[in-house]
Amino acid sequence: MTAAKKDGSDDRYEIRLGGSGGQGIILAAVILAEAAAIHGGYQVCQSQSYGPEARGGRCKAEVVVATGEIDYPQVIMVDILLALTQEACDAYFHNFKPNGLLLADSTFVKQLPTSRVISLPFTRIAMEKTGKAMTTNMVALGAVGVVNRLITTAHLEKAIQARSPHGSAQVNLQAFRAGVKATKALDLSKLPRSVSPEEEDEV
Amino acid sequence: MKNAKGPVRLLQGNEAMVEGALMAGCRFFAGYPITPASEISELMSQRLPALGGTFIQMEDEIASMGAVVGASLAGVKAMTATSGPGFSLMQENIGFAAMTEVPCVVVDVMRGGMSTGLPTSPGQGDVMQARWGTHGDHPVIVLAASSVRDSFTITIQAFNLAEKYRVPVILLSDEIVAHTRESLVLPSVHEVEVVNRIKPTSPPDWYKPYEDNSRGVPPMAAFGDGYRHHVTGLVHDTHGFPTERPDEVKAFINRQFRKITHGAAEIQMTRRLLLDDAEVAVVAYGSVSRAVHRAVLRARENGIKAGLLQLITLFPFPKKAVDAVLRQCRSVLVPELNIGQISREVKRVNLTAKVVKYNRIDGLGITPDEIYGELMKL
Repeated sequence: MTAAKKDGSDDRYEIRLGGSGGQGIILAAVILAEAAAIHGGYQVCQSQSYGPEARGGRCKAEVVVATGEIDYPQVIMVDILLALTQEACDAYFHNFKPNGLLLADSTFVKQLPTSRVISLPFTRIAMEKTGKAMTTNMVALGAVGVVNRLITTAHLEKAIQARSPHGSAQVNLQAFRAGVKATKALDLSKLPRSVSPEEEDEV
Repeated sequence: MKNAKGPVRLLQGNEAMVEGALMAGCRFFAGYPITPASEISELMSQRLPALGGTFIQMEDEIASMGAVVGASLAGVKAMTATSGPGFSLMQENIGFAAMTEVPCVVVDVMRGGMSTGLPTSPGQGDVMQARWGTHGDHPVIVLAASSVRDSFTITIQAFNLAEKYRVPVILLSDEIVAHTRESLVLPSVHEVEVVNRIKPTSPPDWYKPYEDNSRGVPPMAAFGDGYRHHVTGLVHDTHGFPTERPDEVKAFINRQFRKITHGAAEIQMTRRLLLDDAEVAVVAYGSVSRAVHRAVLRARENGIKAGLLQLITLFPFPKKAVDAVLRQCRSVLVPELNIGQISREVKRVNLTAKVVKYNRIDGLGITPDEIYGELMKL
Protein backbone atom coordinates (compact mmCIF):
# COMPACT_ATOMS: atom_id res chain seq x y z
CA MET A 1 0.00 0.00 0.00
CA THR A 2 1.33 3.37 -0.96
CA ALA A 3 0.96 5.73 1.97
CA ALA A 4 -0.32 9.16 1.06
CA LYS A 5 1.67 12.00 2.58
CA LYS A 6 -0.01 15.01 4.11
CA ASP A 7 -0.16 16.83 0.81
CA GLY A 8 -1.58 13.76 -0.90
CA SER A 9 1.59 13.03 -2.87
CA ASP A 10 3.61 9.82 -2.76
CA ASP A 11 5.75 7.91 -5.19
CA ARG A 12 3.15 8.03 -7.92
CA TYR A 13 4.56 9.02 -11.31
CA GLU A 14 1.81 10.18 -13.60
CA ILE A 15 1.72 10.48 -17.36
CA ARG A 16 -1.19 11.82 -19.39
CA LEU A 17 -1.45 11.52 -23.18
CA GLY A 18 -3.94 13.62 -25.12
CA GLY A 19 -4.91 13.85 -28.75
CA SER A 20 -7.68 13.18 -31.20
CA GLY A 21 -9.53 9.87 -31.47
CA GLY A 22 -7.72 7.56 -33.93
CA GLN A 23 -4.21 8.93 -33.28
CA GLY A 24 -3.26 5.89 -31.23
CA ILE A 25 -3.24 7.64 -27.86
CA ILE A 26 -4.60 4.60 -26.03
CA LEU A 27 -2.18 2.19 -27.73
CA ALA A 28 0.71 4.46 -26.73
CA ALA A 29 -0.52 4.41 -23.13
CA VAL A 30 -0.89 0.63 -23.15
CA ILE A 31 2.69 0.29 -24.42
CA LEU A 32 3.93 2.64 -21.68
CA ALA A 33 1.99 0.63 -19.09
CA GLU A 34 3.27 -2.72 -20.32
CA ALA A 35 6.86 -1.45 -20.45
CA ALA A 36 6.52 -0.29 -16.83
CA ALA A 37 4.60 -3.30 -15.49
CA ILE A 38 5.88 -6.30 -17.39
CA HIS A 39 9.44 -5.20 -18.13
CA GLY A 40 10.07 -2.62 -15.40
CA GLY A 41 8.40 -4.46 -12.52
CA TYR A 42 6.34 -1.44 -11.40
CA GLN A 43 2.71 -1.33 -10.33
CA VAL A 44 0.66 0.31 -13.07
CA CYS A 45 -2.83 1.67 -13.66
CA GLN A 46 -3.72 2.71 -17.19
CA SER A 47 -7.02 4.39 -17.96
CA GLN A 48 -8.62 6.37 -20.75
CA SER A 49 -11.53 8.55 -21.60
CA TYR A 50 -13.06 9.16 -24.97
CA GLY A 51 -16.38 9.99 -26.55
CA PRO A 52 -18.71 7.66 -28.43
CA GLU A 53 -17.29 8.53 -31.87
CA ALA A 54 -14.91 6.05 -33.59
CA ARG A 55 -12.61 8.76 -35.03
CA GLY A 56 -12.07 12.36 -34.01
CA GLY A 57 -13.17 13.91 -30.76
CA ARG A 58 -10.90 14.46 -27.79
CA CYS A 59 -9.18 11.42 -26.43
CA LYS A 60 -7.13 11.05 -23.26
CA ALA A 61 -5.17 8.15 -21.83
CA GLU A 62 -3.36 8.06 -18.51
CA VAL A 63 -0.66 5.92 -16.93
CA VAL A 64 0.06 5.92 -13.19
CA VAL A 65 3.30 4.17 -12.21
CA ALA A 66 4.37 3.40 -8.64
CA THR A 67 6.53 1.00 -6.67
CA GLY A 68 3.70 0.17 -4.24
CA GLU A 69 0.07 -0.73 -4.79
CA ILE A 70 -1.96 2.02 -6.46
CA ASP A 71 -5.26 2.92 -4.81
CA TYR A 72 -6.75 5.66 -6.99
CA PRO A 73 -6.24 4.53 -10.59
CA GLN A 74 -6.38 7.87 -12.40
CA VAL A 75 -3.95 10.79 -12.60
CA ILE A 76 -4.00 13.19 -9.65
CA MET A 77 -1.08 15.51 -10.60
CA VAL A 78 0.55 15.29 -14.02
CA ASP A 79 4.31 14.72 -14.27
CA ILE A 80 4.31 14.43 -18.04
CA LEU A 81 1.62 15.64 -20.41
CA LEU A 82 1.75 14.76 -24.10
CA ALA A 83 -0.47 16.88 -26.32
CA LEU A 84 -0.85 16.00 -29.99
CA THR A 85 -3.51 18.62 -30.73
CA GLN A 86 -4.23 22.15 -29.53
CA GLU A 87 -7.64 21.05 -28.25
CA ALA A 88 -6.10 18.22 -26.20
CA CYS A 89 -3.45 20.59 -24.85
CA ASP A 90 -6.08 23.06 -23.68
CA ALA A 91 -8.40 20.40 -22.27
CA TYR A 92 -5.89 18.22 -20.43
CA PHE A 93 -3.38 20.73 -19.04
CA HIS A 94 -5.19 20.85 -15.66
CA ASN A 95 -3.49 19.41 -12.57
CA PHE A 96 -0.06 19.98 -14.12
CA LYS A 97 2.68 19.66 -11.48
CA PRO A 98 4.79 22.81 -10.92
CA ASN A 99 7.81 20.90 -12.17
CA GLY A 100 5.83 18.90 -14.73
CA LEU A 101 6.78 18.69 -18.38
CA LEU A 102 4.62 19.25 -21.45
CA LEU A 103 5.49 17.47 -24.69
CA ALA A 104 3.67 19.19 -27.53
CA ASP A 105 3.41 18.29 -31.20
CA SER A 106 4.50 21.60 -32.73
CA THR A 107 2.83 20.56 -35.98
CA PHE A 108 -0.54 21.35 -34.39
CA VAL A 109 -0.03 22.85 -30.93
CA LYS A 110 0.77 26.51 -31.53
CA GLN A 111 -0.22 28.14 -28.24
CA LEU A 112 1.42 26.78 -25.12
CA PRO A 113 0.15 27.07 -21.55
CA THR A 114 3.55 26.68 -19.84
CA SER A 115 7.21 27.40 -20.43
CA ARG A 116 8.14 23.92 -19.20
CA VAL A 117 7.59 22.47 -22.62
CA ILE A 118 9.36 20.41 -25.22
CA SER A 119 7.88 21.27 -28.57
CA LEU A 120 8.72 18.88 -31.40
CA PRO A 121 6.98 18.30 -34.74
CA PHE A 122 5.99 14.69 -34.00
CA THR A 123 3.64 14.43 -36.98
CA ARG A 124 6.20 15.90 -39.38
CA ILE A 125 8.91 13.57 -38.07
CA ALA A 126 6.56 10.62 -38.55
CA MET A 127 5.80 11.63 -42.14
CA GLU A 128 9.48 12.13 -42.95
CA LYS A 129 10.69 8.90 -41.32
CA THR A 130 7.95 6.40 -42.16
CA GLY A 131 5.68 8.25 -44.55
CA LYS A 132 2.77 7.41 -42.24
CA ALA A 133 1.05 9.97 -40.03
CA MET A 134 -0.36 7.08 -38.03
CA THR A 135 3.10 6.48 -36.52
CA THR A 136 2.99 9.91 -34.82
CA ASN A 137 2.07 8.19 -31.56
CA MET A 138 5.28 6.15 -31.72
CA VAL A 139 7.43 9.22 -32.39
CA ALA A 140 5.84 10.90 -29.39
CA LEU A 141 6.34 7.76 -27.34
CA GLY A 142 10.06 8.05 -28.12
CA ALA A 143 10.05 11.54 -26.62
CA VAL A 144 8.17 10.31 -23.52
CA GLY A 145 10.71 7.49 -23.24
CA VAL A 146 13.59 9.96 -23.10
CA VAL A 147 12.16 12.49 -20.66
CA ASN A 148 10.32 10.28 -18.17
CA ARG A 149 11.94 9.21 -14.92
CA LEU A 150 10.97 5.51 -14.66
CA ILE A 151 10.30 3.79 -17.97
CA THR A 152 13.35 3.04 -20.11
CA THR A 153 13.48 3.21 -23.90
CA ALA A 154 14.77 -0.39 -23.95
CA HIS A 155 11.66 -1.59 -22.09
CA LEU A 156 9.48 0.51 -24.38
CA GLU A 157 11.01 -1.13 -27.45
CA LYS A 158 10.16 -4.57 -26.05
CA ALA A 159 6.60 -3.49 -25.34
CA ILE A 160 6.24 -1.99 -28.84
CA GLN A 161 7.31 -5.28 -30.37
CA ALA A 162 4.81 -7.22 -28.26
CA ARG A 163 1.86 -4.86 -28.79
CA SER A 164 2.22 -3.78 -32.42
CA PRO A 165 -0.45 -5.19 -34.70
CA HIS A 166 0.89 -7.83 -37.07
CA GLY A 167 3.59 -6.58 -39.41
CA SER A 168 3.78 -3.08 -37.95
CA ALA A 169 6.48 -3.60 -35.32
CA GLN A 170 9.37 -2.51 -37.55
CA VAL A 171 7.78 0.68 -38.78
CA ASN A 172 6.68 1.49 -35.25
CA LEU A 173 10.19 0.97 -33.91
CA GLN A 174 11.57 3.15 -36.69
CA ALA A 175 9.21 5.95 -35.69
CA PHE A 176 9.93 5.42 -31.99
CA ARG A 177 13.69 5.71 -32.53
CA ALA A 178 13.21 8.87 -34.57
CA GLY A 179 11.34 10.36 -31.61
CA VAL A 180 14.10 9.31 -29.22
CA LYS A 181 16.77 10.85 -31.45
CA ALA A 182 14.94 14.15 -31.91
CA THR A 183 14.41 14.51 -28.17
CA LYS A 184 17.97 13.64 -27.25
CA ALA A 185 19.16 16.38 -29.59
CA LEU A 186 17.54 18.93 -27.27
CA ASP A 187 19.27 20.35 -24.20
CA LEU A 188 16.76 19.54 -21.47
CA SER A 189 18.82 21.28 -18.79
CA LYS A 190 17.98 24.63 -20.37
CA LEU A 191 14.27 24.24 -19.65
CA PRO A 192 12.99 27.02 -17.40
CA ARG A 193 11.59 26.09 -14.03
CA SER A 194 7.89 26.59 -13.62
CA VAL A 195 6.27 29.84 -12.58
CA SER A 196 4.96 29.59 -9.05
CA PRO A 197 1.49 30.89 -8.22
CA GLU A 198 3.04 33.78 -6.22
CA GLU A 199 5.11 34.87 -9.19
CA GLU A 200 2.05 34.85 -11.44
CA ASP A 201 0.67 37.77 -9.46
CA GLU A 202 3.76 39.85 -10.14
CA VAL A 203 3.23 40.14 -13.87
CA MET B 1 -3.71 -15.30 -4.61
CA LYS B 2 -1.52 -12.37 -3.50
CA ASN B 3 1.48 -14.68 -3.64
CA ALA B 4 0.66 -15.97 -7.10
CA LYS B 5 3.82 -16.64 -9.07
CA GLY B 6 2.89 -16.45 -12.77
CA PRO B 7 4.02 -13.81 -15.23
CA VAL B 8 2.93 -10.20 -14.71
CA ARG B 9 0.17 -9.25 -17.10
CA LEU B 10 -1.47 -5.96 -17.88
CA LEU B 11 -5.22 -6.58 -17.98
CA GLN B 12 -8.39 -4.54 -18.24
CA GLY B 13 -11.11 -5.19 -15.70
CA ASN B 14 -13.17 -6.68 -18.52
CA GLU B 15 -10.33 -9.04 -19.47
CA ALA B 16 -9.78 -10.05 -15.85
CA MET B 17 -13.46 -10.98 -15.60
CA VAL B 18 -13.06 -13.34 -18.54
CA GLU B 19 -9.99 -14.92 -16.93
CA GLY B 20 -11.87 -15.30 -13.64
CA ALA B 21 -14.92 -16.80 -15.35
CA LEU B 22 -12.85 -19.33 -17.28
CA MET B 23 -10.95 -20.32 -14.15
CA ALA B 24 -14.26 -20.77 -12.33
CA GLY B 25 -15.28 -23.23 -15.04
CA CYS B 26 -17.47 -21.05 -17.26
CA ARG B 27 -17.77 -22.74 -20.65
CA PHE B 28 -20.70 -20.91 -22.20
CA PHE B 29 -21.17 -17.27 -23.10
CA ALA B 30 -24.05 -15.75 -25.02
CA GLY B 31 -24.21 -12.02 -25.42
CA TYR B 32 -24.61 -8.93 -27.49
CA PRO B 33 -21.68 -6.49 -27.43
CA ILE B 34 -22.19 -3.09 -25.82
CA THR B 35 -19.84 -0.38 -24.56
CA PRO B 36 -18.31 -0.57 -21.97
CA ALA B 37 -18.72 -4.37 -21.71
CA SER B 38 -17.75 -5.36 -25.27
CA GLU B 39 -14.25 -6.61 -24.41
CA ILE B 40 -15.82 -9.40 -22.35
CA SER B 41 -17.69 -10.74 -25.39
CA GLU B 42 -14.70 -10.20 -27.63
CA LEU B 43 -12.28 -12.11 -25.43
CA MET B 44 -14.80 -14.87 -24.68
CA SER B 45 -15.24 -15.40 -28.43
CA GLN B 46 -11.50 -16.01 -28.69
CA ARG B 47 -10.96 -18.05 -25.54
CA LEU B 48 -14.02 -20.31 -25.22
CA PRO B 49 -13.74 -22.34 -28.46
CA ALA B 50 -10.12 -23.23 -27.61
CA LEU B 51 -11.31 -24.62 -24.26
CA GLY B 52 -14.08 -26.68 -25.80
CA GLY B 53 -16.65 -24.13 -24.70
CA THR B 54 -19.33 -22.29 -26.64
CA PHE B 55 -19.60 -18.64 -27.58
CA ILE B 56 -22.71 -17.32 -29.28
CA GLN B 57 -23.34 -13.75 -30.36
CA MET B 58 -27.09 -13.53 -30.06
CA GLU B 59 -29.54 -11.22 -31.83
CA ASP B 60 -30.18 -9.24 -28.66
CA GLU B 61 -29.93 -9.33 -24.87
CA ILE B 62 -33.32 -11.00 -24.36
CA ALA B 63 -32.13 -14.00 -26.34
CA SER B 64 -28.70 -13.85 -24.71
CA MET B 65 -30.15 -14.33 -21.27
CA GLY B 66 -32.42 -17.11 -22.54
CA ALA B 67 -29.43 -18.95 -24.00
CA VAL B 68 -27.53 -18.60 -20.73
CA VAL B 69 -30.40 -20.15 -18.76
CA GLY B 70 -30.65 -22.98 -21.29
CA ALA B 71 -26.93 -23.72 -21.18
CA SER B 72 -26.91 -23.81 -17.40
CA LEU B 73 -29.92 -26.17 -17.36
CA ALA B 74 -27.86 -28.43 -19.63
CA GLY B 75 -25.16 -28.50 -16.97
CA VAL B 76 -22.69 -25.90 -18.25
CA LYS B 77 -21.56 -22.91 -16.21
CA ALA B 78 -22.79 -19.92 -18.19
CA MET B 79 -22.58 -16.16 -18.19
CA THR B 80 -23.39 -13.05 -20.17
CA ALA B 81 -22.16 -9.46 -19.98
CA THR B 82 -23.85 -6.22 -20.86
CA SER B 83 -24.41 -2.62 -19.82
CA GLY B 84 -27.55 -0.76 -18.69
CA PRO B 85 -29.59 -0.84 -21.92
CA GLY B 86 -28.96 -4.56 -22.39
CA PHE B 87 -29.44 -5.25 -18.69
CA SER B 88 -32.96 -3.84 -18.98
CA LEU B 89 -33.75 -6.33 -21.75
CA MET B 90 -32.37 -9.25 -19.72
CA GLN B 91 -34.65 -8.71 -16.74
CA GLU B 92 -37.46 -11.01 -17.87
CA ASN B 93 -35.20 -14.04 -18.23
CA ILE B 94 -33.25 -13.18 -15.07
CA GLY B 95 -36.59 -13.60 -13.30
CA PHE B 96 -37.02 -16.95 -15.05
CA ALA B 97 -33.56 -18.01 -13.83
CA ALA B 98 -34.45 -17.00 -10.27
CA MET B 99 -37.80 -18.82 -10.41
CA THR B 100 -36.30 -22.00 -11.86
CA GLU B 101 -33.18 -21.76 -9.64
CA VAL B 102 -30.75 -21.81 -12.53
CA PRO B 103 -27.20 -20.76 -11.60
CA CYS B 104 -25.79 -18.08 -13.88
CA VAL B 105 -23.65 -14.95 -13.79
CA VAL B 106 -24.74 -11.68 -15.38
CA VAL B 107 -22.15 -8.93 -15.64
CA ASP B 108 -23.48 -5.38 -15.87
CA VAL B 109 -20.74 -2.87 -16.63
CA MET B 110 -22.51 0.32 -15.58
CA ARG B 111 -22.32 3.42 -17.73
CA GLY B 112 -23.87 6.84 -17.21
CA GLY B 113 -27.48 7.81 -17.54
CA MET B 114 -30.82 6.18 -18.27
CA SER B 115 -31.73 4.70 -21.68
CA THR B 116 -28.67 4.72 -23.96
CA GLY B 117 -27.25 7.44 -21.71
CA LEU B 118 -23.51 8.06 -21.72
CA PRO B 119 -21.95 4.98 -23.39
CA THR B 120 -18.31 5.73 -22.55
CA SER B 121 -18.78 7.28 -19.08
CA PRO B 122 -18.90 5.56 -15.69
CA GLY B 123 -22.02 5.31 -13.57
CA GLN B 124 -23.55 3.33 -10.71
CA GLY B 125 -27.17 3.90 -11.56
CA ASP B 126 -28.12 0.22 -12.00
CA VAL B 127 -27.73 -0.80 -8.35
CA MET B 128 -31.44 -1.00 -7.58
CA GLN B 129 -32.15 -2.50 -10.99
CA ALA B 130 -29.68 -5.27 -10.18
CA ARG B 131 -31.67 -6.02 -7.01
CA TRP B 132 -35.22 -5.39 -8.19
CA GLY B 133 -35.05 -5.22 -12.00
CA THR B 134 -37.19 -8.27 -12.56
CA HIS B 135 -40.69 -8.44 -11.12
CA GLY B 136 -41.88 -10.27 -8.04
CA ASP B 137 -40.11 -11.03 -4.77
CA HIS B 138 -37.07 -12.96 -5.87
CA PRO B 139 -33.69 -13.95 -4.49
CA VAL B 140 -30.61 -12.58 -6.17
CA ILE B 141 -27.02 -11.90 -5.19
CA VAL B 142 -25.42 -8.65 -6.33
CA LEU B 143 -21.65 -8.15 -6.15
CA ALA B 144 -19.54 -5.10 -7.06
CA ALA B 145 -15.94 -5.08 -8.33
CA SER B 146 -13.61 -2.13 -7.73
CA SER B 147 -10.36 -3.07 -9.45
CA VAL B 148 -8.80 -5.41 -11.99
CA ARG B 149 -7.83 -7.82 -9.22
CA ASP B 150 -11.43 -7.73 -7.95
CA SER B 151 -12.70 -8.32 -11.44
CA PHE B 152 -10.80 -11.59 -11.43
CA THR B 153 -11.45 -12.83 -7.88
CA ILE B 154 -15.04 -11.64 -7.52
CA THR B 155 -16.02 -13.22 -10.84
CA ILE B 156 -14.85 -16.55 -9.43
CA GLN B 157 -16.86 -15.90 -6.27
CA ALA B 158 -19.88 -14.98 -8.39
CA PHE B 159 -19.81 -18.36 -10.10
CA ASN B 160 -19.22 -20.16 -6.80
CA LEU B 161 -22.20 -18.48 -5.15
CA ALA B 162 -24.42 -19.06 -8.18
CA GLU B 163 -23.57 -22.76 -8.17
CA LYS B 164 -23.88 -23.19 -4.42
CA TYR B 165 -27.19 -21.38 -3.97
CA ARG B 166 -28.70 -21.92 -7.44
CA VAL B 167 -29.41 -18.23 -8.02
CA PRO B 168 -28.56 -15.70 -10.69
CA VAL B 169 -25.62 -13.61 -9.50
CA ILE B 170 -25.39 -10.06 -10.82
CA LEU B 171 -21.84 -8.80 -10.99
CA LEU B 172 -21.66 -5.03 -11.20
CA SER B 173 -18.68 -3.29 -12.71
CA ASP B 174 -18.41 0.23 -14.05
CA GLU B 175 -16.69 1.91 -16.96
CA ILE B 176 -13.67 2.84 -14.82
CA VAL B 177 -13.13 -0.68 -13.45
CA ALA B 178 -13.86 -2.24 -16.84
CA HIS B 179 -11.46 -0.20 -18.95
CA THR B 180 -8.62 0.48 -16.52
CA ARG B 181 -5.60 -1.72 -17.16
CA GLU B 182 -3.62 -2.85 -14.13
CA SER B 183 -0.72 -5.17 -13.56
CA LEU B 184 -1.85 -8.51 -12.23
CA VAL B 185 -0.38 -11.94 -11.64
CA LEU B 186 -3.00 -14.63 -12.19
CA PRO B 187 -2.92 -17.65 -9.87
CA SER B 188 -2.81 -21.16 -11.27
CA VAL B 189 -6.04 -23.13 -11.37
CA HIS B 190 -4.93 -25.19 -8.33
CA GLU B 191 -4.74 -22.08 -6.14
CA VAL B 192 -8.37 -21.16 -6.77
CA GLU B 193 -11.39 -22.64 -4.98
CA VAL B 194 -14.07 -23.64 -7.47
CA VAL B 195 -17.56 -24.69 -6.37
CA ASN B 196 -19.76 -26.90 -8.55
CA ARG B 197 -23.50 -27.47 -8.22
CA ILE B 198 -24.51 -30.65 -6.41
CA LYS B 199 -26.03 -33.27 -8.70
CA PRO B 200 -28.68 -35.78 -7.64
CA THR B 201 -27.53 -39.25 -6.55
CA SER B 202 -31.01 -40.79 -6.24
CA PRO B 203 -32.33 -43.06 -8.99
CA PRO B 204 -33.84 -40.94 -11.80
CA ASP B 205 -37.40 -42.07 -11.04
CA TRP B 206 -37.18 -40.79 -7.47
CA TYR B 207 -35.79 -37.37 -8.38
CA LYS B 208 -37.82 -34.42 -7.15
CA PRO B 209 -36.09 -31.42 -8.75
CA TYR B 210 -37.45 -28.85 -6.29
CA GLU B 211 -37.56 -30.82 -3.05
CA ASP B 212 -36.48 -28.97 0.09
CA ASN B 213 -33.50 -30.10 2.14
CA SER B 214 -31.45 -28.74 5.04
CA ARG B 215 -29.69 -26.20 2.83
CA GLY B 216 -32.83 -25.23 0.94
CA VAL B 217 -30.93 -25.89 -2.30
CA PRO B 218 -32.10 -29.01 -4.17
CA PRO B 219 -29.56 -31.06 -6.17
CA MET B 220 -29.64 -30.07 -9.83
CA ALA B 221 -29.69 -32.59 -12.66
CA ALA B 222 -28.50 -31.51 -16.08
CA PHE B 223 -30.72 -32.07 -19.08
CA GLY B 224 -29.30 -35.19 -20.69
CA ASP B 225 -28.27 -36.82 -17.41
CA GLY B 226 -31.33 -39.08 -17.56
CA TYR B 227 -33.26 -37.21 -14.87
CA ARG B 228 -36.40 -36.15 -16.73
CA HIS B 229 -37.92 -33.10 -15.10
CA HIS B 230 -40.12 -30.15 -15.83
CA VAL B 231 -38.96 -26.53 -15.73
CA THR B 232 -41.46 -23.69 -15.64
CA GLY B 233 -41.69 -20.02 -14.73
CA LEU B 234 -45.00 -20.73 -13.01
CA VAL B 235 -44.77 -21.36 -9.29
CA HIS B 236 -44.14 -25.09 -9.07
CA ASP B 237 -44.31 -27.98 -6.64
CA THR B 238 -41.41 -30.23 -5.67
CA HIS B 239 -41.82 -32.12 -8.98
CA GLY B 240 -41.49 -28.96 -11.00
CA PHE B 241 -45.12 -28.80 -12.13
CA PRO B 242 -47.32 -25.71 -11.73
CA THR B 243 -49.19 -25.35 -8.47
CA GLU B 244 -51.50 -22.75 -6.97
CA ARG B 245 -51.94 -24.51 -3.64
CA PRO B 246 -51.21 -21.77 -1.07
CA ASP B 247 -49.25 -24.14 1.21
CA GLU B 248 -47.00 -25.18 -1.67
CA VAL B 249 -46.63 -21.64 -3.02
CA LYS B 250 -45.69 -20.29 0.39
CA ALA B 251 -43.18 -23.06 1.04
CA PHE B 252 -41.62 -22.56 -2.37
CA ILE B 253 -41.20 -18.77 -2.10
CA ASN B 254 -39.98 -18.98 1.49
CA ARG B 255 -37.33 -21.51 0.55
CA GLN B 256 -35.99 -19.10 -2.11
CA PHE B 257 -35.19 -16.57 0.58
CA ARG B 258 -34.22 -19.04 3.29
CA LYS B 259 -31.40 -20.48 1.22
CA ILE B 260 -29.87 -17.02 0.84
CA THR B 261 -30.44 -16.06 4.49
CA HIS B 262 -28.71 -19.22 5.65
CA GLY B 263 -25.68 -18.37 3.56
CA ALA B 264 -25.61 -14.69 4.54
CA ALA B 265 -22.40 -14.90 6.56
CA GLU B 266 -20.57 -16.20 3.51
CA ILE B 267 -22.44 -14.20 0.88
CA GLN B 268 -22.20 -10.75 2.49
CA MET B 269 -18.62 -9.77 1.70
CA THR B 270 -17.12 -6.46 2.83
CA ARG B 271 -13.64 -5.00 3.26
CA ARG B 272 -12.68 -2.89 6.25
CA LEU B 273 -9.95 -0.24 6.13
CA LEU B 274 -8.87 1.53 9.34
CA LEU B 275 -12.32 1.16 10.91
CA ASP B 276 -11.31 -0.16 14.35
CA ASP B 277 -10.98 3.30 15.93
CA ALA B 278 -12.79 5.31 13.26
CA GLU B 279 -14.99 8.25 14.24
CA VAL B 280 -16.10 9.02 10.70
CA ALA B 281 -16.53 6.40 8.02
CA VAL B 282 -17.23 6.06 4.34
CA VAL B 283 -19.37 3.28 2.89
CA ALA B 284 -18.51 2.80 -0.79
CA TYR B 285 -18.39 0.21 -3.56
CA GLY B 286 -17.01 -0.18 -7.08
CA SER B 287 -14.54 2.30 -8.53
CA VAL B 288 -15.56 4.99 -6.04
CA SER B 289 -14.10 3.00 -3.15
CA ARG B 290 -10.62 3.47 -4.61
CA ALA B 291 -10.85 7.24 -4.42
CA VAL B 292 -12.14 6.80 -0.86
CA HIS B 293 -9.20 4.57 0.03
CA ARG B 294 -6.81 7.36 -0.83
CA ALA B 295 -8.88 10.06 0.87
CA VAL B 296 -9.07 8.00 4.08
CA LEU B 297 -5.29 7.55 4.19
CA ARG B 298 -4.83 11.29 3.68
CA ALA B 299 -7.37 12.07 6.40
CA ARG B 300 -5.50 9.76 8.80
CA GLU B 301 -2.20 11.54 7.98
CA ASN B 302 -3.93 14.75 8.98
CA GLY B 303 -5.22 13.41 12.27
CA ILE B 304 -8.80 12.60 11.29
CA LYS B 305 -9.92 9.15 12.42
CA ALA B 306 -11.51 8.04 9.17
CA GLY B 307 -12.22 4.55 7.88
CA LEU B 308 -13.70 2.79 4.87
CA LEU B 309 -16.25 0.01 4.67
CA GLN B 310 -16.10 -1.29 1.11
CA LEU B 311 -19.12 -3.31 0.07
CA ILE B 312 -18.29 -6.25 -2.19
CA THR B 313 -21.79 -7.65 -1.78
CA LEU B 314 -24.53 -5.08 -2.31
CA PHE B 315 -27.44 -7.55 -1.97
CA PRO B 316 -28.37 -9.25 0.27
CA PHE B 317 -27.41 -5.93 1.84
CA PRO B 318 -24.65 -6.49 4.45
CA LYS B 319 -26.66 -5.07 7.34
CA LYS B 320 -24.47 -6.39 10.15
CA ALA B 321 -21.27 -4.88 8.82
CA VAL B 322 -22.97 -1.54 8.14
CA ASP B 323 -24.76 -1.60 11.50
CA ALA B 324 -21.45 -1.88 13.36
CA VAL B 325 -20.04 1.12 11.51
CA LEU B 326 -23.16 3.22 12.08
CA ARG B 327 -23.14 2.49 15.82
CA GLN B 328 -19.46 3.34 16.15
CA CYS B 329 -19.10 6.48 14.03
CA ARG B 330 -20.70 9.90 14.42
CA SER B 331 -21.06 10.41 10.67
CA VAL B 332 -21.02 8.13 7.65
CA LEU B 333 -20.46 9.35 4.11
CA VAL B 334 -21.92 7.39 1.18
CA PRO B 335 -20.44 8.56 -2.15
CA GLU B 336 -21.98 7.14 -5.33
CA LEU B 337 -22.15 7.71 -9.07
CA ASN B 338 -25.95 7.90 -8.86
CA ILE B 339 -28.49 10.00 -6.97
CA GLY B 340 -28.12 7.93 -3.80
CA GLN B 341 -29.23 4.32 -4.23
CA ILE B 342 -27.11 2.65 -1.55
CA SER B 343 -27.16 5.63 0.84
CA ARG B 344 -30.84 4.87 1.37
CA GLU B 345 -30.09 1.23 2.19
CA VAL B 346 -27.52 2.46 4.72
CA LYS B 347 -30.12 4.72 6.33
CA ARG B 348 -32.54 1.79 6.54
CA VAL B 349 -30.11 -0.13 8.79
CA ASN B 350 -30.31 2.32 11.66
CA LEU B 351 -30.23 6.03 12.30
CA THR B 352 -27.66 6.28 15.11
CA ALA B 353 -25.08 8.02 12.89
CA LYS B 354 -25.62 10.92 10.55
CA VAL B 355 -25.64 9.51 7.00
CA VAL B 356 -24.42 12.00 4.41
CA LYS B 357 -24.62 11.25 0.71
CA TYR B 358 -22.33 12.56 -1.99
CA ASN B 359 -23.33 12.02 -5.58
CA ARG B 360 -22.06 12.62 -9.08
CA ILE B 361 -24.25 12.05 -12.12
CA ASP B 362 -22.34 14.03 -14.74
CA GLY B 363 -20.44 11.12 -16.31
CA LEU B 364 -17.27 11.75 -14.32
CA GLY B 365 -15.79 9.65 -11.52
CA ILE B 366 -15.34 10.88 -7.95
CA THR B 367 -11.79 11.98 -7.05
CA PRO B 368 -9.89 11.52 -3.76
CA ASP B 369 -9.90 15.32 -3.30
CA GLU B 370 -13.68 15.44 -3.40
CA ILE B 371 -14.00 12.66 -0.81
CA TYR B 372 -11.38 14.30 1.39
CA GLY B 373 -13.29 17.57 1.19
CA GLU B 374 -16.50 15.83 2.24
CA LEU B 375 -14.70 14.01 5.08
CA MET B 376 -13.52 17.37 6.43
CA LYS B 377 -17.12 18.56 6.62
CA LEU B 378 -18.38 15.54 8.61
